[in-house]
Amino acid sequence: MFVPILKQGPYLIASVQSALRDADLIELRDALTQQVGTYRSRGVIVDVTALDVLDSFACRTLSEIANMIRLRGAETVIVGIQPEVAFSMVQLGLKLEGVATALDLEEGLEYMNHRMKRIGHVPNEK
Amino acid sequence: MSLTKNEIRVGIRTDSDILVARQQGRELGERLGFGLSDLAVIATAISELARNLLLYAKNGSIICWTIDTESRKGIVIQAADEGPGIRDTEAVLRDGYSTSGGLGLGLPGVRRMMDEFAIVSREGRGTTVTAIKWVK
Repeated sequence: MFVPILKQGPYLIASVQSALRDADLIELRDALTQQVGTYRSRGVIVDVTALDVLDSFACRTLSEIANMIRLRGAETVIVGIQPEVAFSMVQLGLKLEGVATALDLEEGLEYMNHRMKRIGHVPNEK
Repeated sequence: MSLTKNEIRVGIRTDSDILVARQQGRELGERLGFGLSDLAVIATAISELARNLLLYAKNGSIICWTIDTESRKGIVIQAADEGPGIRDTEAVLRDGYSTSGGLGLGLPGVRRMMDEFAIVSREGRGTTVTAIKWVK
């Protein structure tokens, strides 16, 4: 399952469209880590609104994405975790600790803009 | 075991099979009347159990069926393999225990999420994990 990655100003937005195989998650992780360099992006937003399950493998891969992106000098925010998905993650014991999350894409962009201001990088409006 | 419409059986050999199993299990739960949260729990439990099959036994099956009596309704999720078996079934139920480099939350997590949980394993013969979620 192909995950489209959109470049929006200084950010990359990955919108997951449907359930992902483990291999697709790994592919997404590697593509984002690569493209953050290609486009010199400051932030990565991963939108998981369409997912009805975030199991241990998915959470581990999302953590890896956030860590790898940080090592590449950019920030990550995961957006759109649905209420029932959050419920089952907590039941399973998954916390996604150390990974920024936001309610939806709008809040995610807001978060990124805020972070960029704090570190003194004014986002390009283009 | 005869297969009826209230039963699904999915062989787990690749990561695509995990998706098929959790989708079919979820649909079975939907028909029984589970709410969104329980459906997410059911799908997540199937996902964890199916991944265990791939990781430790290379392949196996996810079998789900429904219990629908006057007194109660529920879904049974069973993960069965003929893999190496588990020597210490107590250890694998402890949070953080892992031999695969994972988080070690799979089995203890599934036990927490579901209402009933049992694991039967014989070394060299395989493992069967059975879990039930009741409609509340």
